[in-house]
Amino acid sequence: MADAITADTAPARASARPAGSGDLRLRLRQNAGLLGAVALFVLFYGLYNLYHPRGFSTQVLIQNANEILTLSLLAMAQTVPVLLGGLDLSVGAVMTLVNCLASHLVAGSPAQIALGIAACLGAGAAFGFVNGCIVVYGRIQPIIATLASGAIAMGLALFLRPKPGGKIDADLSWAMTNALSDFAETYGLFEDGKAAWFQPVAWIPVPLLVLSAFALLVWVPFRRTLTGRTIYAIGSAEGAAYMSGLPIARAKLAAFTLAGFFAGAGGLFLAIQTSTGNADIPQASTYTLNSIAAVVIGGTSLLGGTGGAIASVVGALVLRAISFNFRIFDVPPLLQPLVEGLVLLAAVSLGALRALRAKNRLELFR
Amino acid sequence: MNALTVQIRPDTKPILIAAGFILVILGVGTIYTLATQGAATLLSPAYLIQQLQTGAFLGLVAAGMMLVILIGHIDLSVAWTLTAAAMTATAVGGPWAIPAGLGVGLAVGLLNGIGVAYLRVPSMIFTLGVNAVLRGLMVAQTGGFAPQTAATDAMRFIGAERVSGVPVALVVWVAVSLAIGVILTRTAFGRSLYAIGNREAAAYLSGIPTRRVTCLAFVLCSLFAALAGVMLAGYSTKAFQGMGDAYVLPAIAAVVIGGTHILGGRGRYMGTVVGVILIVLLNSVLSIMQMPEAGRQVIYGGVIIVMLLVYGRGERATS
Amino acid sequence: MSPFLALSGISKRYGGVRALENVDFACAPGSIHAVLGENGAGKSTLIKIVSGVVQPDTGAMTLDGAPVRFPTPAAANRAGVVCIFQELSLMPDLTVADNISISDPPRRLGLIDARAQRRRAEALLARLGCEDVNPQIRVRDLPLSRRQMVEIAKALGKDPRLLILDEATSALTAADVEQVYRMLARLKEEGTAILYISHRMHEIEALADTLSVFRNGRHVETFAKGQRTNRQIVEAMIGRDIAAQYPPKPERPRPPPSLEVTDLGWAGRLKDLTFSVGPGEILGLGGLDGQGQKEVLLALFGVLKGVTGTVSVEGRPHRPGSPADARRAALALIPEDRKTEGLMLPMSVGDNLVAASFDRIAAGPFIDADRQRRAIDEAIRRLQIKVGDPGDPVSTLSGGNQQKVVIAKWLMTQPRLILLNDPTRGIDVGTKQEIYRLLRELADAGAAILFYSTDYDELIGCCDRVAVMYDGRIVRELQGDAITERAIVASALNIEQEADPAHG
Repeated sequence: MADAITADTAPARASARPAGSGDLRLRLRQNAGLLGAVALFVLFYGLYNLYHPRGFSTQVLIQNANEILTLSLLAMAQTVPVLLGGLDLSVGAVMTLVNCLASHLVAGSPAQIALGIAACLGAGAAFGFVNGCIVVYGRIQPIIATLASGAIAMGLALFLRPKPGGKIDADLSWAMTNALSDFAETYGLFEDGKAAWFQPVAWIPVPLLVLSAFALLVWVPFRRTLTGRTIYAIGSAEGAAYMSGLPIARAKLAAFTLAGFFAGAGGLFLAIQTSTGNADIPQASTYTLNSIAAVVIGGTSLLGGTGGAIASVVGALVLRAISFNFRIFDVPPLLQPLVEGLVLLAAVSLGALRALRAKNRLELFR
Repeated sequence: MNALTVQIRPDTKPILIAAGFILVILGVGTIYTLATQGAATLLSPAYLIQQLQTGAFLGLVAAGMMLVILIGHIDLSVAWTLTAAAMTATAVGGPWAIPAGLGVGLAVGLLNGIGVAYLRVPSMIFTLGVNAVLRGLMVAQTGGFAPQTAATDAMRFIGAERVSGVPVALVVWVAVSLAIGVILTRTAFGRSLYAIGNREAAAYLSGIPTRRVTCLAFVLCSLFAALAGVMLAGYSTKAFQGMGDAYVLPAIAAVVIGGTHILGGRGRYMGTVVGVILIVLLNSVLSIMQMPEAGRQVIYGGVIIVMLLVYGRGERATS
Repeated sequence: MSPFLALSGISKRYGGVRALENVDFACAPGSIHAVLGENGAGKSTLIKIVSGVVQPDTGAMTLDGAPVRFPTPAAANRAGVVCIFQELSLMPDLTVADNISISDPPRRLGLIDARAQRRRAEALLARLGCEDVNPQIRVRDLPLSRRQMVEIAKALGKDPRLLILDEATSALTAADVEQVYRMLARLKEEGTAILYISHRMHEIEALADTLSVFRNGRHVETFAKGQRTNRQIVEAMIGRDIAAQYPPKPERPRPPPSLEVTDLGWAGRLKDLTFSVGPGEILGLGGLDGQGQKEVLLALFGVLKGVTGTVSVEGRPHRPGSPADARRAALALIPEDRKTEGLMLPMSVGDNLVAASFDRIAAGPFIDADRQRRAIDEAIRRLQIKVGDPGDPVSTLSGGNQQKVVIAKWLMTQPRLILLNDPTRGIDVGTKQEIYRLLRELADAGAAILFYSTDYDELIGCCDRVAVMYDGRIVRELQGDAITERAIVASALNIEQEADPAHG
């Protein structure tokens, strides 16, 4: 004990410890939930492509990419408040609101379209910011605050579109929902998409690029800011976060604003895909509930503090990949909700293994 | 608990504020009807009883929801529990219709309880999954169409009929309410709900059978939702797809407006009753005013936020 | 030497309760200043004011002679005032490295630099001799004693000019405490001012240069080390003579056992434990912290799954599947953490008191209001719990009174076997003495008591026998006059030489 390592030699020893296999294993164990989700996705999507009558093709990929985009964005939106230990029940409604807004704004001259897109994203973020203000300054629990504000968003959407309708710039719709080559062709870029250097990437579906852009250019940098870190800290132990002098209010506002922004982006792309605005209440609540399911399947804890938006995207991919299989295996449409429900239950009950394994029952209450 | 304090407890304040707000709704609605129809329709006993009768279905769902919210959980499966119970009851028919409907509730409640209490899956997500399964089962069974079978006479009796002017549905709601009031304040089960909602580990180490209590809360919640479904089918003479969808969020809202803390541990049953009445009257005044759906949604959300803001202000002033 | 931080005329009230009254206080750079006092004496309020958690009602603070105000803990940190709080301030789901640099992480282009952050964590942990802690591990996955070391590393990372330790060693192993002492000595040489709050007299004797005693919100006196005897210090703290700190132990033959444990084992953490306790006996569990003592209590109380061996209570086999089962067998457990395991903090004192005794206050299925009120009044009277109204939330009570509520809750069930998990941790001297007296009374009335404490003094003063544990086994059982501090420590040290503490 007396000859324990002295302060001078210690740093050398510490940094000499190999950062290789041990840390990798630690990383894997800490992300077990995410790995499970990735495995599920590979399983279901592999099954789908294996049994697809025409096999894997870019056309199928483009179709799938369009089908996953909105839910993936909503799953990212839901993740941020969940990391705080909260929940945002308004994401579906904000999506619908921006969807209706886009059906009014995203048309006309290129400048008008650009402005309209900016307005749509801004509207989503603004609504999220208001949610944040209600939670932070009104001190109302997120779940109930967003339940109420979701009703308001739905009402505003109905004002904007009492009946489905409106239109979206047709070029934009075409360009955003197809391969990169179609995008280039539509807007006359890269020799109408025929440039030789462009060919290796020409097949990539634009929705996948959009999703990657939101994940890598918005979420990943945000996670590494002090505000982003604070969101994790609050979800883990809010009192300790306060004691450490972290910007609690700013982080909560940022979390809900970001949720609104992602949800708004989801609404915008839904409008671009469907070319209409539709204030559909059941659709909004389905998206909200599926976003929560995606977050959980991705391995983010509903108690907050662990997980991430990219994991939730994987969760969304799992949900969608399951329904792709219905088309392949001719599951009668009537049985689809049942199978979806059973898979969801099975997936979340996997987490129950922890409860059955715990040898000290007090650990269950953490 | 009641005997211990004399002054107005903090959890009574929301109830008084909500009750005050009910008077405001009635006042505004009456001014509107006096101006447009020249009659105080809202204040006639017949009208109020009619409103309470429709409120009974929401009241039953909210009563069960409150038990679950008190222990810090939530039940999102009530929508299809209600619908499945109604569909099963009408499909079975005859004297076994009502027991069959309630049996569905019992089974769903047990499933939820086992998932949440024993497997420790977060209730938010487990009940969501159970809701999807129930919807799937019902859609598969009915072929996606409204079932052709009709409610039995017994179901119509408890859902729609009146005995000497008093709707039977209202009587059922009052009876259930009295029972829950007593259970929450005067039984070990009720006290255990509050203890678990405050600090589950401490409740467990106090020798409270936390898993059994949690399970029972979910069973009661589903049973009340099933009862509401059977009665609603009686009221509208048949069961139909999505008949429960309109009850989940209003039930949660009623519980919270009544002062029950959404994270559990605090709240009085009286508040839930007041919350249900508030929501029912707000809906009916808005429909008298022929408010479009858009306006209703905005007002609905606004009322919840404003009421909770007012409660919060009151709490801070006293603490 | 001029003081680094000086307080003058500081007062603070919470509602009608006076927490600090007109306090003058100063601490000097390059010295360790111990602050002593019962719970409720004002120590925690003093610390909270100095570290910016709460604001004083009146009075002024100066830092290096210049007046200062700390509106938030962050402001205090920026001025070099850093506090290691008794309640851990770590985020369990974040990694050790994240936690250590939480408030001001190293950044590049505005984004957190994970590699630099990790190197920083490694360097700081190394200063405390904690190379075994992987900075990438989540705090949740660390044992309590390691978490406390991470907490200290986090504070060191803020380059404190005034470091405040509030019961910071209560969860540490003996080896860690050594490291912390060494670290404190180094900081002192570098000119850091150190405020040290502890209820353990031997720590204060070993460390402090200056001692200040607080009582009832007032600063009673400050004196240099060695100017007062321990007895004088304790008297100054509680303001009265403490003739007999521990009640006398009765001389009587060992009773027949009411709890018999044979070959108790659990998950590799408890190994072949065999012991017994009889009515009227207090059996202490001793040894270093974390050698399985808590697990013994939890195993007997039905919390652990997969327990092996045989246990019998009053001749009947005892295999509880839950605390509810254990309660029915007339067992009681005073848990480790009263705030999360013992109490429902927002609920009233009365509701907490009856939480384990619904069956006793009910008539048929219904709770009898009269019986409940009588039971609550009786419990409050018996333990002399200082409470305005039984309807008040239990969170408004002081720590000592909260612990009394936990004990009273279990006494209401009339237990015949009482398990105590470090019941006096962070409790003031006055309440401690009441608890010691109560334990002896309960034993005299026929209860068998199993008493785990991290404080050796307590074990020596209270217990008829002490079982010293190491690595999940009972290594020695001491009895009567053989229970001495030397014997207890020696039992642990003997073993410690065999096992390698660095990997223990």
